[in-house]
Amino acid sequence: MKKYDAIVIGGGHNGLVNAGYLAKAGLNTLVLERRPYVGGAAVTEELLPGYKFTTFSYALSLIRPDICQELNLPEHGMMTLPMPNHFHPAEDGRFLKLGADSYENYHEIAKLSLEDAEAMHDFGHIMDRVCHALKPLVDMIPPNPQSQEPEELERMAEFHAIMEGMPPDVQDMVQKLWTSSIAEVLDEYFENDLVKGMLASSAIIGSMCGPRSKESGMVWLFHKMGEYDGIFGEWGFHKGGNGGFTQCLGRAFEAFGGTILCDAGVDEVLRKDGAAIGVKLSSGEEIYADIVVSALDPRNTFLRLVDPAELPEDLVKHIEDFKFQGSAAKVNFVLSDVPKHPNHEYSSEIFRGFLNVGPTFDYLEEAFADAQEGRFSRRPFIDGCIQSTIDPDMTPPGKHIMSNFVMWAPYHLKDSDWDTERDNLGDAVQETLNSFFPGFNDLVEHREVVTPLDIERIVGIAEGNIFHGELFADQLFFSRPAPGWNQYRTPIKGYYQCGSGTHPGGCVIGAPGKLASMQILRDREKAAA
Amino acid sequence: MPKTTPFHPRTGPLNHPQIWENWAGYLVAPQYQHSEISEYYSVRNSAGLLDTSPLFKYKFSGPDAEAFLMHAMARDIRKCKPGRAQYTVWCDDAGYVVEDGVIMHVSVGEYWLTAAEPNLRYFRQIARKKGFDVQIDDITTDYGILALQGPKSLEILQELTSDLNGVGFFRLAHTKLDGHSVVISRTGYTGDLGYELWVPKDSCVAVWDALMSAGSGYNITPMGLHALKMARIEAGLLLLDVDFYSSRYAWTDAQQDTAHELGWGWMFKNLAKDDRAFIGREAIEAEIANRTSRHNTVGLIIDWYDYQEKHREAGIMPPLEGVFNEGTMNIYKISDTPWEYGGYATCMMYSSLLRSHIAIAKLPLELCEPGTEVDLELSIIRRSVNVKARVAELPFFNPARKTARE
Repeated sequence: MKKYDAIVIGGGHNGLVNAGYLAKAGLNTLVLERRPYVGGAAVTEELLPGYKFTTFSYALSLIRPDICQELNLPEHGMMTLPMPNHFHPAEDGRFLKLGADSYENYHEIAKLSLEDAEAMHDFGHIMDRVCHALKPLVDMIPPNPQSQEPEELERMAEFHAIMEGMPPDVQDMVQKLWTSSIAEVLDEYFENDLVKGMLASSAIIGSMCGPRSKESGMVWLFHKMGEYDGIFGEWGFHKGGNGGFTQCLGRAFEAFGGTILCDAGVDEVLRKDGAAIGVKLSSGEEIYADIVVSALDPRNTFLRLVDPAELPEDLVKHIEDFKFQGSAAKVNFVLSDVPKHPNHEYSSEIFRGFLNVGPTFDYLEEAFADAQEGRFSRRPFIDGCIQSTIDPDMTPPGKHIMSNFVMWAPYHLKDSDWDTERDNLGDAVQETLNSFFPGFNDLVEHREVVTPLDIERIVGIAEGNIFHGELFADQLFFSRPAPGWNQYRTPIKGYYQCGSGTHPGGCVIGAPGKLASMQILRDREKAAA
Repeated sequence: MPKTTPFHPRTGPLNHPQIWENWAGYLVAPQYQHSEISEYYSVRNSAGLLDTSPLFKYKFSGPDAEAFLMHAMARDIRKCKPGRAQYTVWCDDAGYVVEDGVIMHVSVGEYWLTAAEPNLRYFRQIARKKGFDVQIDDITTDYGILALQGPKSLEILQELTSDLNGVGFFRLAHTKLDGHSVVISRTGYTGDLGYELWVPKDSCVAVWDALMSAGSGYNITPMGLHALKMARIEAGLLLLDVDFYSSRYAWTDAQQDTAHELGWGWMFKNLAKDDRAFIGREAIEAEIANRTSRHNTVGLIIDWYDYQEKHREAGIMPPLEGVFNEGTMNIYKISDTPWEYGGYATCMMYSSLLRSHIAIAKLPLELCEPGTEVDLELSIIRRSVNVKARVAELPFFNPARKTARE
């Protein structure tokens, strides 16, 4: 009989982080991955010989810096390449190109608005202070307000100290972002449509909300909490794509003595007397452990792997009502060359960071309106990048691979289904890119379209929501994934959750995995005492 | 007016910020783009192309060339067979380091050396005093030098020549690039896979173009001095006038170091079997025998959590990006006596790749054991604050590809 100290279901990045910490603490830990390789939605796949696709997740920012230290990730090959520029084209041929020099950025924005150029600095300063103030919340196990345990009262006190310790202007901004649309916030600072459009993109990523929806402020803030070399809101490309990153996590876990088993989907968490005792694989094999951790989304964790009838009704109700509603797609291209912008001379420069196709609030709202009608955006928001302009290992020399993150592609289509619409979405994205970069169509050598349904089928995430559930204020912190169950435990003893559906939430962030491991190890210590 | 290097017709227009640094009287680019971290990463991810032409270049030839170098250089030049290169130092009679440099045995009895400072008169004086029949020429302006450094450097060169196949670390190749004769050594100042190309001055522009064209599919990136200086700290390679000074112009002993004190003791591992009477030998032997080294040169890794904590206490974000300091920083012993002086760091930076603040430090031998904790003095909002750091072995970064055979 195979028995481990801990089994982690799902070799996505949070599963691997969680398993890494458990293994580091000396637990004999097994990671079970349904697919042939680990990484979950953060995989790099050589779908054509010599061409490495970041099929799903494609950039890094939120990964907690402490995790990189504690799991020795640089030693295992972690390398996040900086993005020297971001490019934001308008529909009339104008563009904003922002880079590493703040005065050059000032003059670039000043072409559109002198005051906005200066406001960028003011806004950046308040946002740095907001992110700095909130950072401890991202890195703590959230308190359970329903509990009167001394430990919980202490956590609540810590939470209040953080919230009340902020300077008043920081507090105001947090409050505003928590409750308002990003449009309301940006309108206070900026006047130019293009400037506002560029800044707004983080507010709609992966979410069923437009820049004028009240949920968008929170989504925006969540993304700003990421950092590159200590600069909030900056992103990088991992060497070899985000799959390169999860491979590092896998090596780190194995270096701590952990075991990875691929092609090993889990059908059920085995229980006995209200406690987890192991798992049953799709193959029928049973593997035992006193600690079982689900890195899957809350729907899979609570409604599939165990029998919901054994769970408290209010919890089941919450999970059933938890908003997944995946709304993002990926359309990835092999290109024979870098696309040309009619008004920018050095084309490859444009694509070394994010290409932000979503010029204004109006453009974004129009695209969102399609989604609200139950169809994909005919002229979508696109977050594009050509990693091969930075990382020469992504393609054969001279060729390029372009990743495009696309909004909105609602999981629930009104009058059609995704198997019918897949190529139509690909065409819409290609046509949109062709309108901003005339001649784009001629460069396309290959196209991969990944719909929310594909994400659900391939990666397994409910409704293909890239965050394991919307990052709306009512699904965060105290209530991620459900009130009372926001501390990585479940009602089944020894059964834990560590996916993006737990605090703090989605993106390649690692915090759920780490914080869950802290909870598991603490519970284990208490039980042993 | 500062001089320009033979690559200037190409590097000039590429210098986007249009800021120039004066290196030995030549204009060189500290960076070509605003994102210096992107230039740095070219060395670890693709390939960086760097103009190091201002280095002083000397040719040694004639009947006594080998005998002269056996005497003048601290390492045994006889170990550097034709087709090889050697990293060496030259010391004074007291065993203090004059300078360091790479010497190449380009053809039987002919050696080329790069140095950071003028050394022609220095070497010729030694030859004259000891009566060596050696011809020493300054060939500084005859050649431009390009460093092509990074994991893709070999593949890029292989687009142009097959003569680098099987050329090992610190080995040379004589080859032609796009019809132009060059001497290539598998050496560099980045601690990565990389090559340095000696290009006759009239071929420089053509060779630059050939490399940029061959490298276009590999993200070849013109790289300035700043990125080089970041890479060299990670590689644990010392820099004259930052980590040490030449003993030639020192006023006191405190301004100079022996090779052992700079962490170069490995150069003298086989001294007992070495029969040369080289300059500084007696002093070096005495230093070893009497254990008189005042310090060693080691790495320091600043404690991540203490660094975060000390800045958070001060109410600010802990700076990572852009932290780079080539000034002296004090190090204190961790003891009951506060601010008990331990030694000093000569350079400190945040390494984006290693996700650590790292420093090169000179510490008394009792503090040099890897893992030893010390306090490094930082200035946080204009106040002196001690942050915990741990001694580490140099280099900080040493990828297998640097010395890999294939």
